[in-house]
Amino acid sequence: MTQTNGAPRSFQEIILRLQSYWASKGCAMLQPYDMEVGAGTFHPATTLRSLGSKPWAAAYVQPSRRPTDGRYGENPNRLQHFYQYQVLIKPSPPDLQELYLGSLAAIGINMDMHDIRFVEDDWESPTLGAWGLGWEVWCDGMEVSQFTYFQQVGGHDCTPVSGELTYGLERLAMYVLGIDHVMDMPFNDPDAPIALKYGDIYKQAEEDYARWNFDVANTDVLLKQFEEAEAECQAILDLPHEDPKTGKRILMVHPAYDQCIKASHLFNLLDARGVISVTERQAYIGRVRALAKRCSDAFVQTEAGGWAV
Amino acid sequence: MPDLLIELFSEEIPARMQRRAGEDLKKRMTDGLVEAGLTYAGAHALTTPRRLTLAIDGLLAASPTVREERKGPKVGAPDKAIEGFLRGAGLTRDQLEERDTPKGAVYFASIEKPGRPAADIIAEVLEATIRNFPWPKSMRWGAGSLKWVRPLHSILCILSDEAGAEVVPLDIDGIKSGNTTQGHRFMAPGEITVSGFDDYATKLKRANVVLDPAERADAIWQDATNQAFANGLEVVEDKGLLAEVAGLVEWPVVLLGAIDDEFLSLPAEVLQTSMKEHQKFFSVRNPKTGRIEKFITVANRETSDNGATILAGNQKVLSARLADAKFFWENDLRVAKEGMEVWTEALSNVTFHNKLGSQAERIDRIASLAREIAPVVGADADLAEQAARVAKADLSSEMVYEFPELQGLMGRYYAEAAGLPQEVANACEEHYSPLGPSDDVPTEAVSVAVSLADKLDTLTGFWAIDEKPTGSKDPFALRRAALGVIRLVLGNDARAHLDRFFDGQLLRHEIAQSGDDSQSQKLMGDMLKEIGEHGVFGSAVRTVLDTFDGDLPKHMEELKSSLPDVSTDLLGFFHDRLKVFLRDQGIRHDVIDACIAMDGNDDLTLLVKRARALEDFMKSDDGENLLQGFKRANNILTQAEEKDGVEYSYGGDVKFAKDASEIALFEALAASEGAISSAIEAEDFAAAMGSMAALRAPIDAFFEAVQVNDDNDVVRRNRLNLLHQIRQVCGQVADLTKVEG
Repeated sequence: MTQTNGAPRSFQEIILRLQSYWASKGCAMLQPYDMEVGAGTFHPATTLRSLGSKPWAAAYVQPSRRPTDGRYGENPNRLQHFYQYQVLIKPSPPDLQELYLGSLAAIGINMDMHDIRFVEDDWESPTLGAWGLGWEVWCDGMEVSQFTYFQQVGGHDCTPVSGELTYGLERLAMYVLGIDHVMDMPFNDPDAPIALKYGDIYKQAEEDYARWNFDVANTDVLLKQFEEAEAECQAILDLPHEDPKTGKRILMVHPAYDQCIKASHLFNLLDARGVISVTERQAYIGRVRALAKRCSDAFVQTEAGGWAV
Repeated sequence: MPDLLIELFSEEIPARMQRRAGEDLKKRMTDGLVEAGLTYAGAHALTTPRRLTLAIDGLLAASPTVREERKGPKVGAPDKAIEGFLRGAGLTRDQLEERDTPKGAVYFASIEKPGRPAADIIAEVLEATIRNFPWPKSMRWGAGSLKWVRPLHSILCILSDEAGAEVVPLDIDGIKSGNTTQGHRFMAPGEITVSGFDDYATKLKRANVVLDPAERADAIWQDATNQAFANGLEVVEDKGLLAEVAGLVEWPVVLLGAIDDEFLSLPAEVLQTSMKEHQKFFSVRNPKTGRIEKFITVANRETSDNGATILAGNQKVLSARLADAKFFWENDLRVAKEGMEVWTEALSNVTFHNKLGSQAERIDRIASLAREIAPVVGADADLAEQAARVAKADLSSEMVYEFPELQGLMGRYYAEAAGLPQEVANACEEHYSPLGPSDDVPTEAVSVAVSLADKLDTLTGFWAIDEKPTGSKDPFALRRAALGVIRLVLGNDARAHLDRFFDGQLLRHEIAQSGDDSQSQKLMGDMLKEIGEHGVFGSAVRTVLDTFDGDLPKHMEELKSSLPDVSTDLLGFFHDRLKVFLRDQGIRHDVIDACIAMDGNDDLTLLVKRARALEDFMKSDDGENLLQGFKRANNILTQAEEKDGVEYSYGGDVKFAKDASEIALFEALAASEGAISSAIEAEDFAAAMGSMAALRAPIDAFFEAVQVNDDNDVVRRNRLNLLHQIRQVCGQVADLTKVEG
């Protein structure tokens, strides 16, 4: 069950072990969402599926982007593109803490030698209009995961409550593998014929994006795209719930939510370009939140959101 | 008598909430039990990260039976009345007792409310306590609706006596009470069955749980100081951190770790803040050098390698954190040595408030004001301006971005690195003070000037855009800023007419907000100069506008009428804050009002001096009696003036005086007038009031002997004019009509 066949040797082995652990616990193994997001929470498998009454259990890797965190690949711990491992189970099972600790054992953390702590850290996403209570989990003083019981998403009370686990994969893997600089981390098996380090794959991309994010991205275009995404999201949700072609009830929440995700990422890019003042910031966040809220309002009126005719 | 043991076992409770939660559990349970008739001998609450525990000893086994006696109808009363009484009492007729009373035989009912077993009451009170527990933040989990701080897993609730222990049955949303708990999550997992508090505490200790937070904190502190001492070092005391750390562990294990040499050159505050905020480490200092050289971390378990792996991990995390801090520090120092221009320029892109412009614009205004304030507080104007221009530069530094709480302090370090004068460096740190009411007030002149300018710019700015505090809402901490100004002025005995600074700074805000109206801007610039030279807004406006040729911009017309109101309103806000401040120091509000009503009330030092003298005077017999005399004189005079429609301000003439007491009062007034005026001139209010006290006897004698409203109109008017002299003399010191009593 908890496969601790020795210490893992690479970044991907840690991901594979998490995948097989959570699969063994009954989670659906989903794939990353195919859009730019700031965190695993934005995946519709979390944001939308945490709404409504239907039970849910899913786990997935989500590539995530935070343009302001770019350091041209030079900082040992900071990246503008990184991976999160995300688990969402609704309703949260009573033994979620034990399940979580089992996953740490599965990736080779020896519970007898380390100091694992649950330290208060309430989670809030102003852009998603979501909040929950929980902890950051510390292993020997390092934050290795975020553990949250969702209370509200998109302004809706979560009933039942979802339990969400988010692992910062690079940081966790560096700790487990004993690596000091993320770019030095073995990505695949270090003894493979073609052994690749994290830096072999991502160093150049980090440089490219850091320059583009901070200095080059065309802010007029980004602003325009933000407005467009916002308008499209609202336009979609303004349409009648009935498809005139078939007479079927179709709310189009997912395409609308895509536009919300888009707007959120565009805002992050604008932020990295430094063209958003402190006061404007709040206004932009409010606009994205309004979209997230409308998507949530729509989702709970769909079958997947527990809506009954 | 049985003892009660309750343990509410949950997922990890935030450290900061544990102590209060223990107290709330104890209070709500004992209050509820006592109210239901269950008294007890003693109660104590204990908390760990995963449990709230309450032990109550010497509890009654049942609530006492209560007997109530009710008087009923007379014997022989109609059946209906008797039946009604029986229904109310829940008895039958044969249970009634007949008793002779002076009014004849009457039925009495003796109603017995049987006591209830403790377990029933406990179950009720505990359920109510759990369901209504006052957590600062609580949550739901799973599919349930119960709220707790984090998921609640089990309830231990047992009553025990010599005969043994019994579970108090209880079921809250599927959580059934029992007699079991859990040991340490990692060191001793598994169920433990307990039979009473001592058994519980002993077994938990064996299962690596120290129940008492004070015991954990003591153990941590003892061990930390011992380990530091053994290394010739000392732990930097931090009670808040100690309490927090004690709330993060059930089995504290203190580990002393080294900070990499490469980080030891960082300022002590940076090391301390980084270690405390991010890692909850204690700082360990070399008492000889004051340098922070090591850290203490507290783990929640023992390991077979004596914590070596845990310590190594913590050290690694710390090094990564400090590498960031060092990187910031070195980058920042480079910028500082180059003169910090990059930072001050960057502040033009930082919005202070969307209606009040950027930080850079704000700094410009503060610098101008600091220059003007400088002479008033004895500071060099050039230094004050220079300090104001760099005081907020550190907001652009990387270190302050990372640790906002180090703002100001980093400013001092960077100003020193830049080779700026020491007064300037000090002002960088001190100009934020005083923050809280107990915070020290800066005394160095340059710091005082910048601090005042900073706060006054904020206040006038938010007044200019009409964003004043209302009720409990004060998002920009303007009350605190005003109190800061008050404490700075009073603490440094500074003599300044605030009005003039209000007007000037309001004008600067107007200029900033007038957009591209260059004509208005020029006019306002001229007014600023006028205020600078003459200090009065009204005349400055007139001087500038009267010489203006052509149509006045509309903006200027508005300004002319609105700005003095805004300024007056702001002064009123200061007076309100001052009243609160002085009331805390025991000065009566009516005394303050009497002084606020005087001219020059924007000179707070003078105002307070006056108020203190008046407060003292009013505590003396002379003061109290003089006040009565003054009020009598003033009332008679006011009534007469209203009736006659004239003001008796010509001054009386002793030659029309009829009565000896009248003559004596004229003479007393003549004798004291000079002394009072010169004392007021010298701002010696105590002396002025002392001289006024000499008027008390003649005034009393005057009212004793004469009727002011004499039939002879000449005499009457002369007396009214005499009363006016009293009003005038007394009115020089304060507006006594506002004093109560």
